[in-house]
Amino acid sequence: MSRRVALVHRVSGIALALFLPVHFWVLGQGLAMDGFLKWTEQPLVKAAEWGLVVLLAAHLGGGLRVLALEFLPWRDWQKGLAAAAAGIAFAAGLAFALAL
Amino acid sequence: MSTLQVRVRRGDAFQAYDVPRHESQTVLDVVTHIQRHLDPTLAYRYACRVGMCGSCAMTVNGAPRWTCRTHVDKVARNGRLEIGPLRNLPVIRDLVTDMREFFDKWARAQGRFKGERKRGDDFARVAPESEERRLADAGIECINCGVCYAACDVVARNPDYLGPAALNRAWTLVNDARDAAQTERLRAVAGDAGCQACHTHVSCTERCPKGISPTAGIAGLKRATLGAALRGRL
Amino acid sequence: MKTQVLLWGAQRASAAVLALCVLVHLATLIYAVQGGLSAAEILARTRGNVAWLAFYTLFVLAVTVHAPIGLRAVLGEWLGWRGRSRDAALWIFAIVLCALGLRAVIMVFA
Repeated sequence: MSRRVALVHRVSGIALALFLPVHFWVLGQGLAMDGFLKWTEQPLVKAAEWGLVVLLAAHLGGGLRVLALEFLPWRDWQKGLAAAAAGIAFAAGLAFALAL
Repeated sequence: MSTLQVRVRRGDAFQAYDVPRHESQTVLDVVTHIQRHLDPTLAYRYACRVGMCGSCAMTVNGAPRWTCRTHVDKVARNGRLEIGPLRNLPVIRDLVTDMREFFDKWARAQGRFKGERKRGDDFARVAPESEERRLADAGIECINCGVCYAACDVVARNPDYLGPAALNRAWTLVNDARDAAQTERLRAVAGDAGCQACHTHVSCTERCPKGISPTAGIAGLKRATLGAALRGRL
Repeated sequence: MKTQVLLWGAQRASAAVLALCVLVHLATLIYAVQGGLSAAEILARTRGNVAWLAFYTLFVLAVTVHAPIGLRAVLGEWLGWRGRSRDAALWIFAIVLCALGLRAVIMVFA
């Protein structure tokens, strides 16, 4: 399971690294954002937004897992961290989906 | 009596064998049966056959294991088995791999003890219950079987990476109060080819037949090298 | 060698900062998304807010450290790209990220 979590962690990181410059550029547009925000009301875009939130939560979950393994003393319960990381992603995705 | 359908990787291709299935049978028994009764040209390694030497490590259904300690019942799916050489090592022939690079990396990680006491000096005192000694003890049972090295995804992708076994050994020595080569060792294990390259997939720990956690040792090395770098001692 | 160790340290430190930033950001997003939002609405809440300005500046700086170092490993392992050219490319990426990020922060919070 850890290998899959690590792969998701890596892929989500790449996706976020590609997304962020675009995100920053859009936000830097100021009031011109309104036109852009109208565009984001489309369902496909909403779905993409949801995807990004899940990716962010997945990357956070995987990252916290790595930090725990690297900095906390080794304990057996750490084997459950992979599942915990996946849980965080799921919870965030659910919360965002319900808010949409 | 039922039969096992075994596929053995030989070079670039798989060769199929039908092996009689017994009640209490290990994968090593299966390979031995093939070589002795079906195909004497099959090359493989083993020695003790009782889980002490680590020579019989192979890839069984995609995962590296000691074949002498792998019960057929545990791994055969629908009476099928797939056996191949350990990953991440050059293959000499069939199931036999070239372990030289594995041991070269062991040496490159400063995996050897360096003492400084002389003959006339008193014995070193090492408290067995000290934190350092307990950390070292957790990793010293390694018998260099290569299973962790085969399991590691970073070794597969980064040819220079020292690997979990070598780094685990370095960690046991970092925690050896008698060792005098600490700075040298931290330098040897730091960097893109060293402990920093570990991505904490934990495959090594999951597969180690001796229950060692190279992940924990490598995490310790990461902290130790960072501490040394920040103090200008690297 | 020492550089690589320090890069690792910087990555983990920025990760810890980002963990907090991301939690706050996600919570804010989920709250803000309820009931829809217009540019004017968002900016009315954020403009002139020094606390948010400081927070998101920290966020951008942490991302500028974290993302390139993370990509460094990926480029090396999946594309076999190592050496000076990789580092140069990552520096450029970091500068672009920082510039765009700070511009966005100023646009939204100043």
